[in-house]
Amino acid sequence: MSFEYAPAPESRAVVSIKPKYGHFIGGKFVAGSKHFPTINPATEEVLSQIALAGKAEVDAAVKAARKAYVSTWSKMSGKERGKYLYRIARIMQERAREFAVLETLDNGKPIRESRDTDIPLAAAHFFYHAGWADKLEYAGLGTSPKPLGVAGQIIPWNFPLLMLAWKVAPALAAGNTVVLKPAESTSLTALLFAQVCQQAELPAGVVNIVTGDGSTGSLIVNHPGIDKIAFTGSTEVGKIIARAVAPTKKSVTLELGGKAANIVFDDAPIDETVEGIVNGIFFNQGHVCCAGSRLLLQENVAEEVLHKLKNRMEKIRVGDPMDKNTDVGAINSKEQLAKITELAAAGDAEGAERWSPTCNLPTKGFWFAPTIFTGVTQAHRIAREEIFGPVLSVLTFRTPQEAIEKANNTPFGLSAGIWSEKGSRTLWASQQLRAGVIWANTFNKFDPTSPFGGYKESGWGREGGRHGLSAYLKGVSHE
Amino acid sequence: MSFYGLVDGSDASLKSYLNNLSGVDQVGAEARAAMLATRSIKTTSKRWAIETAITMVDLTTLEGADTPGKVKALCTKAVRPDPTDSTVPSVGAVCVYNDMVSVARTHLDLIGGQHVPVAAVSTAFPSGRASMPVKIQDTQDAIDAGAAEIDMVIDRGAFLAGRYIDVFNEIVQIKEVCGDKAHLKVIFETGELVTYDNVRKASFLAMAAGADFIKTSTGKVVPAATPPVVLVMLEAVRDFYEMTNTRIGVKPAGGIRTTKDAIKQLVLVNETVGPDWLNPKLFRIGASALLNDLLMQRMKLDEGYYSSPQYVTMD
Repeated sequence: MSFEYAPAPESRAVVSIKPKYGHFIGGKFVAGSKHFPTINPATEEVLSQIALAGKAEVDAAVKAARKAYVSTWSKMSGKERGKYLYRIARIMQERAREFAVLETLDNGKPIRESRDTDIPLAAAHFFYHAGWADKLEYAGLGTSPKPLGVAGQIIPWNFPLLMLAWKVAPALAAGNTVVLKPAESTSLTALLFAQVCQQAELPAGVVNIVTGDGSTGSLIVNHPGIDKIAFTGSTEVGKIIARAVAPTKKSVTLELGGKAANIVFDDAPIDETVEGIVNGIFFNQGHVCCAGSRLLLQENVAEEVLHKLKNRMEKIRVGDPMDKNTDVGAINSKEQLAKITELAAAGDAEGAERWSPTCNLPTKGFWFAPTIFTGVTQAHRIAREEIFGPVLSVLTFRTPQEAIEKANNTPFGLSAGIWSEKGSRTLWASQQLRAGVIWANTFNKFDPTSPFGGYKESGWGREGGRHGLSAYLKGVSHE
Repeated sequence: MSFYGLVDGSDASLKSYLNNLSGVDQVGAEARAAMLATRSIKTTSKRWAIETAITMVDLTTLEGADTPGKVKALCTKAVRPDPTDSTVPSVGAVCVYNDMVSVARTHLDLIGGQHVPVAAVSTAFPSGRASMPVKIQDTQDAIDAGAAEIDMVIDRGAFLAGRYIDVFNEIVQIKEVCGDKAHLKVIFETGELVTYDNVRKASFLAMAAGADFIKTSTGKVVPAATPPVVLVMLEAVRDFYEMTNTRIGVKPAGGIRTTKDAIKQLVLVNETVGPDWLNPKLFRIGASALLNDLLMQRMKLDEGYYSSPQYVTMD
């Protein structure tokens, strides 16, 4: 007999999902007019009906945010603002299990990741920025930095609560008020966060959450009452936003796509490198803008690394995201699954060799087996386009210089990984790589103290750390 | 000796073999072990794991205060860990000091425990600080007294000084004494080797020199069988199997006291080197207190509640 892990499902009882949700405007939940369903991508079960905000709701939210900015939040001392942020952070920790279960149900990511990564990091962002609220004049951003006003924030579906935290925490710490729109397929944890704002007795209108699709996002981007736009999502939409705000006075930060190179030199610590490759591309089903989606292997170790990588991939547990032993969960939506499937088919058509471990995918829901393509070259679509799924393109190189050239040969520049036991090589490579985040002997590690953001088509500005604060303050130079 | 064709017995070939090993990244190894520690083992898989872990226990007493009476009691427990339940399997082995081997063997045979081997710690355990003739005699004595398994310690001083060939030759000589009469387990005392790079190096050194098992610790030094140390050793064993087609066993010892600790070890085995290693021929756990916790968890699965510790025997 072998060691089969019996199902270890996390209990759903900790969350209560309403059949229908409205918006959170001016500190109150207000009913929506039109609704659309949100589903559990692992089962296709309809979880709830989400409201679609139109002009009236967005106007009301901006008005509430402006009122709160003028009358309360911009007048409050940093010390007092910090108290609210600390309170929110503590409540998020207290209700962590609830957030984790809800995130997994709505997003499809494994409970292990929502429990151990998303929610703790989201709380950490609030704790970190709470500490800044009364110290802004010491952040090296000028003697008396001022908030921008009302921030319109549009976030993606891959890390719903964490991206909310990245946006809301620095905005509030700096004294701005916000109108936030969660992604259409993952609104539930943002709406639970709205309850946390009430529980923390955050002044009405400081945080407003309107749900909806791209049309709602467009209303926010083009709203004349908004001073700043912060967006995380695709490069395609980022360009539309950049065009829309160009003739206005709005300031903008964009965190967009990526096609990160994960570079393995021949002196890498092989077993940990294999773990890093797996974590780099299969973490969160590969729905990660900074995913290590291009693996660059030095030719003299390529065979060994691939052999070990395939063995390791046989151990990946794909399935029920609510099972505590699941490593890779469901693809977030039917549309995303179609996009991944199309790009993988292009890999086949262009002659790359596809390999996946044996895994039984559930019949309902949206699933894609962890996949690697070998024999990929720079000219393949799967080496250039962001797949945003559990698909790794493997390329090889002969010299360190060639690795850098290949790594930089992309319109993106969000992140990169370097695997080597030689410090001098790691430092040299990190200076050559044109990427905003570079990991050495690790991958996909995040921390609120560390600025995150990209070069080139991967975005404008930084989030997190002291650099991230500057995106929400006036009178200081932006990057 | 062929040493699997990996080295020719010379200092130069051993150095080149060890220097070709890839390094271990400490942060990465610890993160992997920590992730595997989150596996949730419930119901049927927990039952299987407890049952399997019992058969893997090297039930150990290594005290200056050991007496024949104490060792006999341990043997009784080893053969039939729960006197009220004959379905509980015997443990993997009884592990004692050299002078207690004959007491243990005789008593085991007397009580129907012929299937339970006696393991003897050897080579001036736990420090290894004695001359080679003494270490050889120590081992020979234990085998003559009926030990079927020899748990030798390496000379950590020699290892840390870079005299790998001395460590290698000691293992080779002790292996010769063991011949086909006893299985050889090589103890690294990983708490004294300190780095994972050293653990990996020691693993490959010992395997090439003829170890049947590689073992973390004596139980006298802290830290001992931490999950990342065992992970690194299991990875070495997996790679060695691919190189030589030979399966080497692994024995974590020291600090594994609870069922939870033991199950974490089994998860490491399962997801690193694979299910082939999930049996007492290739995986042992050196422990004393662990057995009672396994028995209590087993009772809990049957009865649905935790019993008082008085329902398991103290020795």
